[in-house]
Amino acid sequence: MAGAGGGTSDVQWCFSQVKGAIDDDVAEADIISTVEFNHSGELLATGDKGGRVVIFQQEPESKNQPQCRGEYNVYSTFQSHEPEFDYLKSLEIEEKINKIRWLPQKNAAQFLLSTNDKTIKLWKISERDKRPEGYNLKEEDGRYRDLNTVTTLRVPVFRPMDLMVEASPRRVFANAHTYHVNSISVNSDCETYLSADDLRINLWNLEITDRSFNIVDIKPTNMEELTEVITAVEFHPNQCNTFVYSSSKGTIRLCDMRASALCDKHAKQFEEPEDPNNRSFFSEIISSISDVKFSHSGRYMMTRDYLSVKIWDLNMESRPVETYQVHEYLRSKLCSLYENDCIFDKFECCWNGNDSVVMTGSYNNFFRMFDRGYRQDVTLEASRENSKPRSVLKPRKVSTGGKRKKDEISVDSLDFNKKILHTAWHPLDNIIAVATTNNLYIFQEKLN
Amino acid sequence: MSGDNEETQTTENTPMDEKQVQDKVISPEKSEEAKLKARYPNLGNKPGGSDLLRKRLQKGQKYFDSGDYNMAKAKIKNKQLPTAAPEKTEITGDHIPTPQDLPQRKPSLVASKLAG
Repeated sequence: MAGAGGGTSDVQWCFSQVKGAIDDDVAEADIISTVEFNHSGELLATGDKGGRVVIFQQEPESKNQPQCRGEYNVYSTFQSHEPEFDYLKSLEIEEKINKIRWLPQKNAAQFLLSTNDKTIKLWKISERDKRPEGYNLKEEDGRYRDLNTVTTLRVPVFRPMDLMVEASPRRVFANAHTYHVNSISVNSDCETYLSADDLRINLWNLEITDRSFNIVDIKPTNMEELTEVITAVEFHPNQCNTFVYSSSKGTIRLCDMRASALCDKHAKQFEEPEDPNNRSFFSEIISSISDVKFSHSGRYMMTRDYLSVKIWDLNMESRPVETYQVHEYLRSKLCSLYENDCIFDKFECCWNGNDSVVMTGSYNNFFRMFDRGYRQDVTLEASRENSKPRSVLKPRKVSTGGKRKKDEISVDSLDFNKKILHTAWHPLDNIIAVATTNNLYIFQEKLN
Repeated sequence: MSGDNEETQTTENTPMDEKQVQDKVISPEKSEEAKLKARYPNLGNKPGGSDLLRKRLQKGQKYFDSGDYNMAKAKIKNKQLPTAAPEKTEITGDHIPTPQDLPQRKPSLVASKLAG
Protein backbone atom coordinates (compact mmCIF):
# COMPACT_ATOMS: atom_id res chain seq x y z
CA MET A 1 0.00 0.00 0.00
CA ALA A 2 1.78 3.08 -1.17
CA GLY A 3 1.24 6.34 0.57
CA ALA A 4 -0.92 7.11 3.53
CA GLY A 5 -4.53 7.11 2.45
CA GLY A 6 -6.92 9.96 1.91
CA GLY A 7 -9.07 11.88 4.30
CA THR A 8 -11.10 10.67 7.20
CA SER A 9 -14.12 10.81 4.96
CA ASP A 10 -13.15 7.61 3.20
CA VAL A 11 -10.82 5.99 5.72
CA GLN A 12 -12.27 3.49 8.13
CA TRP A 13 -10.19 2.14 10.93
CA CYS A 14 -10.33 -1.36 12.24
CA PHE A 15 -8.83 -3.18 15.14
CA SER A 16 -5.70 -5.18 14.54
CA GLN A 17 -4.09 -6.08 17.84
CA VAL A 18 -3.89 -5.16 21.51
CA LYS A 19 -0.83 -5.78 23.69
CA GLY A 20 -0.67 -5.92 27.44
CA ALA A 21 -2.53 -7.35 30.40
CA ILE A 22 -6.28 -7.43 30.57
CA ASP A 23 -6.67 -7.02 34.29
CA ASP A 24 -7.74 -3.67 35.64
CA ASP A 25 -5.19 -3.66 38.41
CA VAL A 26 -2.42 -1.74 36.71
CA ALA A 27 1.05 -1.91 38.21
CA GLU A 28 2.90 1.44 38.12
CA ALA A 29 5.72 -0.09 36.12
CA ASP A 30 3.36 -1.12 33.32
CA ILE A 31 2.20 2.40 32.55
CA ILE A 32 3.25 3.12 28.97
CA SER A 33 5.19 6.36 28.73
CA THR A 34 6.26 6.55 25.09
CA VAL A 35 5.46 4.98 21.69
CA GLU A 36 7.49 5.41 18.50
CA PHE A 37 7.65 3.83 15.04
CA ASN A 38 11.06 3.63 13.41
CA HIS A 39 11.71 5.32 10.06
CA SER A 40 10.51 2.41 7.96
CA GLY A 41 7.56 1.60 10.20
CA GLU A 42 8.75 -1.95 10.49
CA LEU A 43 9.58 -1.56 14.16
CA LEU A 44 7.45 -0.11 16.96
CA ALA A 45 9.02 0.72 20.31
CA THR A 46 7.33 1.36 23.63
CA GLY A 47 8.80 2.56 26.90
CA ASP A 48 7.17 2.28 30.31
CA LYS A 49 7.33 3.67 33.80
CA GLY A 50 9.35 0.66 34.92
CA GLY A 51 12.22 1.64 32.63
CA ARG A 52 11.61 -1.18 30.16
CA VAL A 53 11.57 -0.99 26.40
CA VAL A 54 9.56 -3.41 24.26
CA ILE A 55 10.10 -3.45 20.51
CA PHE A 56 7.56 -4.98 18.15
CA GLN A 57 8.27 -5.96 14.59
CA GLN A 58 5.84 -6.00 11.73
CA GLU A 59 5.21 -9.59 10.81
CA PRO A 60 7.26 -10.07 7.61
CA GLU A 61 4.80 -12.51 6.09
CA SER A 62 1.82 -10.27 6.74
CA LYS A 63 3.49 -7.12 5.48
CA ASN A 64 2.38 -7.70 1.94
CA GLN A 65 -1.07 -8.93 2.77
CA PRO A 66 -3.31 -5.86 2.94
CA GLN A 67 -5.69 -7.39 5.45
CA CYS A 68 -3.15 -8.11 8.13
CA ARG A 69 -0.28 -5.73 7.60
CA GLY A 70 -0.99 -4.27 11.02
CA GLU A 71 0.37 -7.33 12.74
CA TYR A 72 3.23 -6.63 15.09
CA ASN A 73 4.93 -9.17 17.32
CA VAL A 74 7.50 -8.88 20.07
CA TYR A 75 10.98 -8.51 18.63
CA SER A 76 13.06 -7.49 21.61
CA THR A 77 12.62 -6.32 25.18
CA PHE A 78 15.14 -4.98 27.64
CA GLN A 79 15.58 -2.95 30.78
CA SER A 80 16.76 0.43 29.58
CA HIS A 81 16.96 2.45 32.78
CA GLU A 82 16.93 1.63 36.46
CA PRO A 83 15.84 3.71 39.44
CA GLU A 84 18.61 5.76 40.97
CA PHE A 85 19.07 8.03 43.93
CA ASP A 86 21.26 11.10 43.75
CA TYR A 87 22.51 11.28 47.31
CA LEU A 88 24.22 14.62 46.83
CA LYS A 89 21.03 16.37 45.78
CA SER A 90 18.67 14.10 47.69
CA LEU A 91 16.89 13.46 44.45
CA GLU A 92 15.04 10.35 43.43
CA ILE A 93 15.60 9.58 39.75
CA GLU A 94 12.75 7.70 38.14
CA GLU A 95 13.47 4.95 35.67
CA LYS A 96 10.48 5.96 33.59
CA ILE A 97 11.32 6.22 29.89
CA ASN A 98 10.28 9.70 28.86
CA LYS A 99 11.10 9.42 25.17
CA ILE A 100 12.42 6.99 22.58
CA ARG A 101 13.77 8.18 19.26
CA TRP A 102 15.02 5.89 16.49
CA LEU A 103 18.10 6.61 14.44
CA PRO A 104 17.77 6.14 10.68
CA GLN A 105 19.07 2.72 9.77
CA LYS A 106 22.60 2.68 8.36
CA ASN A 107 23.49 -1.00 8.52
CA ALA A 108 22.03 -4.29 9.62
CA ALA A 109 21.59 -3.17 13.21
CA GLN A 110 18.95 -0.79 14.56
CA PHE A 111 19.75 2.02 16.96
CA LEU A 112 17.52 3.99 19.28
CA LEU A 113 17.93 6.63 21.95
CA SER A 114 15.97 6.24 25.15
CA THR A 115 15.92 8.69 28.00
CA ASN A 116 14.67 8.98 31.55
CA ASP A 117 14.78 12.18 33.61
CA LYS A 118 18.56 12.38 33.69
CA THR A 119 20.36 9.97 31.38
CA ILE A 120 20.12 9.27 27.67
CA LYS A 121 21.25 5.92 26.31
CA LEU A 122 22.00 4.72 22.81
CA TRP A 123 20.90 1.12 22.33
CA LYS A 124 21.96 -1.17 19.52
CA ILE A 125 19.50 -3.85 18.53
CA SER A 126 21.04 -6.52 16.36
CA GLU A 127 20.08 -9.91 15.04
CA ARG A 128 22.11 -13.00 15.29
CA ASP A 129 21.04 -15.93 13.17
CA LYS A 130 24.32 -17.77 12.70
CA ARG A 131 26.89 -19.09 15.09
CA PRO A 132 30.35 -20.48 14.60
CA GLU A 133 30.71 -24.19 15.14
CA GLY A 134 33.64 -26.58 14.99
CA TYR A 135 36.37 -24.76 16.86
CA ASN A 136 39.79 -26.25 16.64
CA LEU A 137 40.76 -25.82 20.28
CA LYS A 138 37.39 -25.85 22.06
CA GLU A 139 34.68 -28.43 22.51
CA GLU A 140 31.17 -27.49 21.52
CA ASP A 141 30.31 -26.76 25.14
CA GLY A 142 33.23 -24.37 25.51
CA ARG A 143 35.70 -26.51 27.38
CA TYR A 144 39.18 -26.35 26.03
CA ARG A 145 40.43 -29.49 24.42
CA ASP A 146 43.55 -31.17 25.64
CA LEU A 147 46.16 -29.91 23.15
CA ASN A 148 47.65 -33.38 22.87
CA THR A 149 44.46 -34.59 21.26
CA VAL A 150 44.50 -31.94 18.56
CA THR A 151 46.05 -33.49 15.51
CA THR A 152 44.39 -31.70 12.64
CA LEU A 153 43.49 -28.11 11.83
CA ARG A 154 39.79 -27.43 11.80
CA VAL A 155 38.36 -24.09 10.74
CA PRO A 156 35.08 -23.13 12.41
CA VAL A 157 32.13 -22.60 10.08
CA PHE A 158 29.03 -20.49 10.60
CA ARG A 159 25.89 -22.53 10.89
CA PRO A 160 22.34 -21.20 11.08
CA MET A 161 20.72 -20.90 14.49
CA ASP A 162 17.40 -19.69 15.83
CA LEU A 163 17.11 -15.95 15.47
CA MET A 164 18.34 -14.11 18.53
CA VAL A 165 17.75 -10.38 18.94
CA GLU A 166 20.22 -8.67 21.22
CA ALA A 167 19.99 -5.22 22.71
CA SER A 168 23.16 -3.65 24.06
CA PRO A 169 23.81 -0.18 25.42
CA ARG A 170 26.45 1.43 23.21
CA ARG A 171 26.59 4.90 24.72
CA VAL A 172 25.48 6.43 27.99
CA PHE A 173 25.04 10.20 27.96
CA ALA A 174 24.91 11.18 31.60
CA ASN A 175 25.40 14.08 33.99
CA ALA A 176 24.43 16.84 31.62
CA HIS A 177 21.04 17.79 32.98
CA THR A 178 20.26 19.46 36.27
CA TYR A 179 16.55 19.39 35.58
CA HIS A 180 14.29 16.72 34.13
CA VAL A 181 14.82 15.69 30.52
CA ASN A 182 11.51 15.96 28.66
CA SER A 183 12.54 15.37 25.05
CA ILE A 184 15.25 14.25 22.68
CA SER A 185 15.52 14.74 18.94
CA VAL A 186 17.93 13.21 16.43
CA ASN A 187 19.34 15.56 13.80
CA SER A 188 18.90 14.88 10.10
CA ASP A 189 22.70 14.80 9.92
CA CYS A 190 22.53 11.55 11.92
CA GLU A 191 25.57 12.68 13.88
CA THR A 192 24.09 14.88 16.57
CA TYR A 193 21.03 15.06 18.74
CA LEU A 194 19.36 17.43 21.20
CA SER A 195 18.21 16.76 24.73
CA ALA A 196 16.04 19.25 26.58
CA ASP A 197 15.19 19.63 30.24
CA ASP A 198 12.95 22.25 31.86
CA LEU A 199 15.49 25.04 31.48
CA ARG A 200 18.27 23.96 29.14
CA ILE A 201 18.87 22.32 25.80
CA ASN A 202 22.07 20.39 25.07
CA LEU A 203 23.58 19.31 21.78
CA TRP A 204 25.38 15.97 21.70
CA ASN A 205 27.45 14.06 19.22
CA LEU A 206 26.25 10.46 19.11
CA GLU A 207 29.84 9.24 19.37
CA ILE A 208 30.90 11.39 22.31
CA THR A 209 29.52 10.86 25.79
CA ASP A 210 31.86 12.90 27.95
CA ARG A 211 30.79 16.30 26.73
CA SER A 212 27.82 18.11 25.33
CA PHE A 213 27.22 21.68 24.28
CA ASN A 214 24.62 23.77 26.00
CA ILE A 215 22.85 25.76 23.31
CA VAL A 216 19.78 27.14 25.08
CA ASP A 217 19.64 28.28 28.68
CA ILE A 218 16.54 30.01 30.00
CA LYS A 219 17.38 29.74 33.67
CA PRO A 220 16.88 33.13 35.32
CA THR A 221 19.65 34.32 37.64
CA ASN A 222 17.05 34.59 40.36
CA MET A 223 14.85 31.51 40.45
CA GLU A 224 12.08 33.56 42.03
CA GLU A 225 11.69 35.16 38.62
CA LEU A 226 11.02 31.85 36.90
CA THR A 227 8.03 32.22 34.65
CA GLU A 228 8.54 29.77 31.84
CA VAL A 229 9.97 26.29 31.26
CA ILE A 230 10.89 24.34 28.14
CA THR A 231 8.38 21.63 27.38
CA ALA A 232 9.58 20.02 24.13
CA VAL A 233 12.28 20.29 21.49
CA GLU A 234 12.59 19.00 17.93
CA PHE A 235 15.07 19.24 15.11
CA HIS A 236 13.82 20.24 11.68
CA PRO A 237 13.37 17.08 9.55
CA ASN A 238 15.80 18.17 6.83
CA GLN A 239 17.50 21.41 7.85
CA CYS A 240 20.21 20.26 10.19
CA ASN A 241 20.81 23.75 11.58
CA THR A 242 17.22 24.41 12.66
CA PHE A 243 15.31 23.31 15.74
CA VAL A 244 12.29 24.49 17.69
CA TYR A 245 11.42 24.41 21.36
CA SER A 246 8.08 24.97 23.02
CA SER A 247 7.32 26.50 26.40
CA SER A 248 4.84 26.33 29.24
CA LYS A 249 3.58 29.75 28.21
CA GLY A 250 2.42 28.58 24.81
CA THR A 251 5.24 29.99 22.69
CA ILE A 252 7.46 28.19 20.22
CA ARG A 253 10.92 29.48 19.41
CA LEU A 254 12.79 28.51 16.29
CA CYS A 255 16.57 28.65 16.48
CA ASP A 256 19.28 28.57 13.84
CA MET A 257 22.52 27.03 15.08
CA ARG A 258 24.49 28.84 12.37
CA ALA A 259 23.74 32.20 13.98
CA SER A 260 25.67 31.64 17.18
CA ALA A 261 26.93 28.96 19.52
CA LEU A 262 24.39 29.86 22.17
CA CYS A 263 20.90 29.99 20.75
CA ASP A 264 19.29 31.99 23.52
CA LYS A 265 18.20 34.52 20.93
CA HIS A 266 15.60 32.91 18.76
CA ALA A 267 15.34 33.41 15.02
CA LYS A 268 11.55 33.21 15.13
CA GLN A 269 8.96 33.21 17.88
CA PHE A 270 5.55 31.72 17.26
CA GLU A 271 2.81 32.89 19.56
CA GLU A 272 -0.89 33.39 19.16
CA PRO A 273 -2.02 36.70 20.61
CA GLU A 274 -4.41 36.33 23.51
CA ASP A 275 -7.36 38.49 24.32
CA PRO A 276 -6.50 39.99 27.72
CA ASN A 277 -10.19 40.11 28.61
CA ASN A 278 -10.41 36.35 28.38
CA ARG A 279 -7.52 35.76 30.69
CA SER A 280 -8.22 33.59 33.72
CA PHE A 281 -6.30 31.65 36.33
CA PHE A 282 -6.26 28.70 33.95
CA SER A 283 -5.17 30.52 30.80
CA GLU A 284 -1.47 29.97 31.19
CA ILE A 285 -1.80 26.39 32.36
CA ILE A 286 -3.94 25.32 29.42
CA SER A 287 -1.77 27.19 26.96
CA SER A 288 1.29 25.19 27.99
CA ILE A 289 2.48 23.22 24.98
CA SER A 290 2.89 19.54 25.74
CA ASP A 291 4.24 18.44 22.35
CA VAL A 292 5.65 19.93 19.16
CA LYS A 293 6.14 17.99 15.92
CA PHE A 294 7.35 19.08 12.53
CA SER A 295 5.42 17.86 9.51
CA HIS A 296 7.31 15.38 7.36
CA SER A 297 7.64 18.09 4.72
CA GLY A 298 9.27 20.46 7.18
CA ARG A 299 7.00 23.28 6.10
CA TYR A 300 4.66 23.09 9.09
CA MET A 301 4.78 22.27 12.76
CA MET A 302 2.05 21.11 15.07
CA THR A 303 1.67 21.97 18.75
CA ARG A 304 -0.59 20.40 21.36
CA ASP A 305 -1.86 22.37 24.31
CA TYR A 306 -4.44 21.17 26.79
CA LEU A 307 -7.54 21.74 24.72
CA SER A 308 -6.38 22.06 21.13
CA VAL A 309 -3.99 21.14 18.35
CA LYS A 310 -2.52 23.98 16.28
CA ILE A 311 -0.77 23.85 12.94
CA TRP A 312 1.80 26.57 12.29
CA ASP A 313 3.32 27.61 9.00
CA LEU A 314 7.02 28.21 9.67
CA ASN A 315 6.74 31.32 7.54
CA MET A 316 4.15 32.91 9.80
CA GLU A 317 4.85 33.64 13.44
CA SER A 318 1.80 35.67 14.31
CA ARG A 319 -0.77 32.91 14.58
CA PRO A 320 -1.39 29.29 13.66
CA VAL A 321 -2.83 28.52 10.23
CA GLU A 322 -5.16 25.86 11.62
CA THR A 323 -6.61 25.19 15.06
CA TYR A 324 -8.47 22.02 16.00
CA GLN A 325 -10.44 21.65 19.21
CA VAL A 326 -9.73 18.33 20.81
CA HIS A 327 -12.19 18.45 23.70
CA GLU A 328 -13.51 21.98 24.05
CA TYR A 329 -16.25 20.70 26.37
CA LEU A 330 -13.60 20.46 29.09
CA ARG A 331 -13.31 24.22 29.27
CA SER A 332 -16.25 24.32 31.65
CA LYS A 333 -14.69 21.59 33.81
CA LEU A 334 -11.33 23.26 34.39
CA CYS A 335 -11.90 23.68 38.11
CA SER A 336 -12.25 19.95 38.79
CA LEU A 337 -9.55 19.12 36.24
CA TYR A 338 -7.22 21.37 38.20
CA GLU A 339 -8.16 19.69 41.47
CA ASN A 340 -7.49 16.20 40.15
CA ASP A 341 -4.33 17.33 38.34
CA CYS A 342 -5.65 16.27 34.95
CA ILE A 343 -5.11 19.79 33.69
CA PHE A 344 -1.38 19.00 33.78
CA ASP A 345 -1.67 15.90 31.57
CA LYS A 346 0.79 16.02 28.70
CA PHE A 347 -0.82 14.86 25.49
CA GLU A 348 1.29 14.14 22.44
CA CYS A 349 0.30 14.50 18.80
CA CYS A 350 1.43 13.06 15.48
CA TRP A 351 1.17 13.47 11.71
CA ASN A 352 0.30 10.82 9.20
CA GLY A 353 2.79 9.96 6.48
CA ASN A 354 1.73 12.59 3.96
CA ASP A 355 0.86 15.30 6.52
CA SER A 356 -2.81 15.30 5.58
CA VAL A 357 -4.17 14.04 8.92
CA VAL A 358 -3.11 14.71 12.51
CA MET A 359 -3.95 12.67 15.59
CA THR A 360 -3.96 13.18 19.32
CA GLY A 361 -5.41 11.55 22.42
CA SER A 362 -8.06 12.52 24.92
CA TYR A 363 -9.84 11.03 27.94
CA ASN A 364 -12.08 7.97 28.26
CA ASN A 365 -9.60 6.21 25.97
CA PHE A 366 -10.78 8.39 23.12
CA PHE A 367 -8.44 9.64 20.45
CA ARG A 368 -9.09 12.19 17.75
CA MET A 369 -8.06 12.56 14.12
CA PHE A 370 -8.29 15.79 12.15
CA ASP A 371 -8.22 15.72 8.38
CA ARG A 372 -6.69 18.97 7.23
CA GLY A 373 -7.84 18.72 3.66
CA TYR A 374 -11.41 17.54 4.08
CA ARG A 375 -11.86 19.62 7.23
CA GLN A 376 -13.33 16.65 9.05
CA ASP A 377 -12.59 15.11 12.39
CA VAL A 378 -13.42 11.86 14.06
CA THR A 379 -13.34 10.53 17.61
CA LEU A 380 -12.47 6.87 18.08
CA GLU A 381 -12.09 4.72 21.15
CA ALA A 382 -9.43 2.21 22.14
CA SER A 383 -11.20 -0.41 24.18
CA ARG A 384 -11.28 -4.14 24.59
CA GLU A 385 -14.96 -4.06 23.67
CA ASN A 386 -14.03 -3.24 20.10
CA SER A 387 -11.27 -5.79 19.91
CA LYS A 388 -12.60 -8.39 17.55
CA PRO A 389 -10.10 -8.87 14.75
CA ARG A 390 -10.73 -6.46 11.90
CA SER A 391 -13.85 -5.02 13.54
CA VAL A 392 -14.43 -1.49 12.31
CA LEU A 393 -14.17 1.28 14.88
CA LYS A 394 -17.36 3.24 15.27
CA PRO A 395 -17.00 7.00 15.64
CA ARG A 396 -17.78 8.20 19.16
CA LYS A 397 -19.41 11.40 20.22
CA VAL A 398 -19.45 13.38 23.43
CA SER A 399 -22.70 15.19 24.02
CA THR A 400 -22.18 18.73 25.12
CA GLY A 401 -25.70 20.06 25.18
CA GLY A 402 -28.53 19.14 27.46
CA LYS A 403 -29.94 16.43 25.25
CA ARG A 404 -27.89 13.31 24.97
CA LYS A 405 -28.52 11.21 21.93
CA LYS A 406 -28.32 7.46 22.08
CA ASP A 407 -24.73 6.21 21.72
CA GLU A 408 -23.39 9.54 22.86
CA ILE A 409 -21.57 9.88 26.14
CA SER A 410 -22.00 12.84 28.43
CA VAL A 411 -19.04 14.85 29.66
CA ASP A 412 -19.69 13.84 33.25
CA SER A 413 -19.50 10.16 32.37
CA LEU A 414 -16.04 10.43 30.88
CA ASP A 415 -13.39 8.45 32.70
CA PHE A 416 -10.50 10.83 33.32
CA ASN A 417 -8.26 8.02 34.48
CA LYS A 418 -8.36 6.52 31.02
CA LYS A 419 -6.14 8.90 29.13
CA ILE A 420 -4.46 8.43 25.80
CA LEU A 421 -1.30 10.51 26.00
CA HIS A 422 0.83 8.67 23.43
CA THR A 423 -0.05 7.86 19.85
CA ALA A 424 2.07 7.09 16.79
CA TRP A 425 1.39 6.88 13.07
CA HIS A 426 3.26 4.56 10.72
CA PRO A 427 5.45 6.78 8.50
CA LEU A 428 4.29 5.25 5.23
CA ASP A 429 1.01 3.48 5.84
CA ASN A 430 -2.30 3.85 7.60
CA ILE A 431 -1.36 1.87 10.67
CA ILE A 432 -1.52 3.57 14.06
CA ALA A 433 -0.38 2.66 17.55
CA VAL A 434 -2.42 4.02 20.44
CA ALA A 435 -1.36 3.61 24.05
CA THR A 436 -3.91 3.50 26.84
CA THR A 437 -2.61 3.40 30.41
CA ASN A 438 -1.07 -0.03 30.14
CA ASN A 439 -2.20 -1.45 26.81
CA LEU A 440 -0.98 -0.84 23.29
CA TYR A 441 -3.60 -0.91 20.54
CA ILE A 442 -2.73 -1.26 16.88
CA PHE A 443 -5.31 -0.20 14.33
CA GLN A 444 -5.13 -0.31 10.57
CA GLU A 445 -7.05 1.18 7.70
CA LYS A 446 -9.84 -1.05 6.53
CA LEU A 447 -9.25 -2.08 2.93
CA ASN A 448 -11.97 -3.63 0.88
CA MET B 1 -50.00 54.65 29.01
CA SER B 2 -49.80 51.17 30.38
CA GLY B 3 -48.35 50.26 27.03
CA ASP B 4 -45.59 52.84 27.52
CA ASN B 5 -44.76 51.52 30.99
CA GLU B 6 -44.50 48.01 29.72
CA GLU B 7 -42.19 49.15 27.02
CA THR B 8 -39.75 50.85 29.39
CA GLN B 9 -39.79 47.88 31.73
CA THR B 10 -38.99 45.50 28.90
CA THR B 11 -36.08 47.56 27.61
CA GLU B 12 -34.65 47.85 31.12
CA ASN B 13 -34.72 44.12 31.72
CA THR B 14 -33.25 43.00 28.42
CA PRO B 15 -29.71 44.46 28.73
CA MET B 16 -29.27 42.80 32.15
CA ASP B 17 -30.34 39.39 30.90
CA GLU B 18 -28.14 39.73 27.86
CA LYS B 19 -25.13 40.61 30.00
CA GLN B 20 -25.70 37.59 32.25
CA VAL B 21 -26.05 35.34 29.24
CA GLN B 22 -22.97 36.90 27.68
CA ASP B 23 -20.93 36.34 30.80
CA LYS B 24 -21.79 32.69 30.85
CA VAL B 25 -21.25 32.24 27.13
CA ILE B 26 -18.06 34.23 26.80
CA SER B 27 -16.11 32.87 29.70
CA PRO B 28 -16.81 29.40 31.02
CA GLU B 29 -13.19 29.65 32.10
CA LYS B 30 -13.92 32.63 34.29
CA SER B 31 -16.82 30.90 35.99
CA GLU B 32 -14.57 27.90 36.60
CA GLU B 33 -11.97 30.26 38.04
CA ALA B 34 -14.58 31.72 40.37
CA LYS B 35 -15.48 28.21 41.50
CA LEU B 36 -11.85 27.44 42.23
CA LYS B 37 -11.28 30.64 44.16
CA ALA B 38 -14.40 29.94 46.19
CA ARG B 39 -13.01 26.57 47.23
CA TYR B 40 -9.47 27.74 47.82
CA PRO B 41 -9.55 31.36 48.98
CA ASN B 42 -5.83 31.30 49.69
CA LEU B 43 -4.95 30.51 46.12
CA GLY B 44 -3.45 33.90 45.53
CA ASN B 45 -3.68 36.16 42.58
CA LYS B 46 -0.69 34.89 40.69
CA PRO B 47 -1.86 33.27 37.48
CA GLY B 48 -1.33 29.52 37.68
CA GLY B 49 2.33 29.83 36.90
CA SER B 50 5.46 30.24 38.91
CA ASP B 51 4.50 28.23 42.00
CA LEU B 52 3.53 25.31 39.84
CA LEU B 53 6.69 25.61 37.78
CA ARG B 54 8.89 25.57 40.81
CA LYS B 55 7.07 22.54 42.18
CA ARG B 56 7.64 20.85 38.84
CA LEU B 57 11.37 21.54 38.95
CA GLN B 58 11.58 20.04 42.41
CA LYS B 59 9.96 16.79 41.39
CA GLY B 60 11.75 13.82 42.90
CA GLN B 61 13.24 15.77 45.75
CA LYS B 62 13.32 13.75 48.89
CA TYR B 63 14.60 14.88 52.21
CA PHE B 64 16.71 12.36 53.99
CA ASP B 65 18.88 12.90 56.97
CA SER B 66 20.47 9.78 58.38
CA GLY B 67 20.50 11.27 61.87
CA ASP B 68 16.79 12.01 61.77
CA TYR B 69 16.14 8.64 60.23
CA ASN B 70 17.97 6.74 62.91
CA MET B 71 16.29 8.72 65.66
CA ALA B 72 12.93 8.05 64.12
CA LYS B 73 13.78 4.38 63.86
CA ALA B 74 14.67 4.37 67.55
CA LYS B 75 11.38 5.99 68.44
CA ILE B 76 9.45 3.26 66.63
CA LYS B 77 10.68 0.75 69.14
CA ASN B 78 8.97 2.69 71.91
CA LYS B 79 5.72 3.73 70.29
CA GLN B 80 3.81 3.69 67.06
CA LEU B 81 4.74 6.62 64.89
CA PRO B 82 1.80 8.08 62.96
CA THR B 83 2.22 7.11 59.35
CA ALA B 84 2.45 10.13 57.08
CA ALA B 85 -0.45 10.61 54.74
CA PRO B 86 0.87 10.24 51.21
CA GLU B 87 -0.05 13.76 50.19
CA LYS B 88 1.11 15.41 47.05
CA THR B 89 4.81 15.82 47.70
CA GLU B 90 5.22 18.80 49.93
CA ILE B 91 8.29 20.87 49.43
CA THR B 92 9.02 21.16 53.13
CA GLY B 93 11.28 18.70 54.89
CA ASP B 94 8.98 18.21 57.85
CA HIS B 95 8.26 14.59 57.25
CA ILE B 96 10.96 12.29 58.55
CA PRO B 97 11.05 9.02 56.64
CA THR B 98 10.70 5.89 58.69
CA PRO B 99 11.61 2.40 57.50
CA GLN B 100 8.00 1.72 56.52
CA ASP B 101 7.79 4.86 54.42
CA LEU B 102 10.91 4.40 52.37
CA PRO B 103 9.84 3.17 48.97
CA GLN B 104 11.39 0.14 47.42
CA ARG B 105 14.00 1.30 44.96
CA LYS B 106 14.76 -1.99 43.32
CA PRO B 107 14.47 -2.07 39.54
CA SER B 108 11.65 -4.10 38.12
CA LEU B 109 12.94 -7.60 37.48
CA VAL B 110 9.67 -8.61 35.91
CA ALA B 111 9.38 -8.43 32.15
CA SER B 112 6.92 -6.00 30.63
CA LYS B 113 3.42 -7.40 30.19
CA LEU B 114 3.41 -5.98 26.66
CA ALA B 115 5.91 -8.69 25.78
CA GLY B 116 3.80 -11.40 27.35
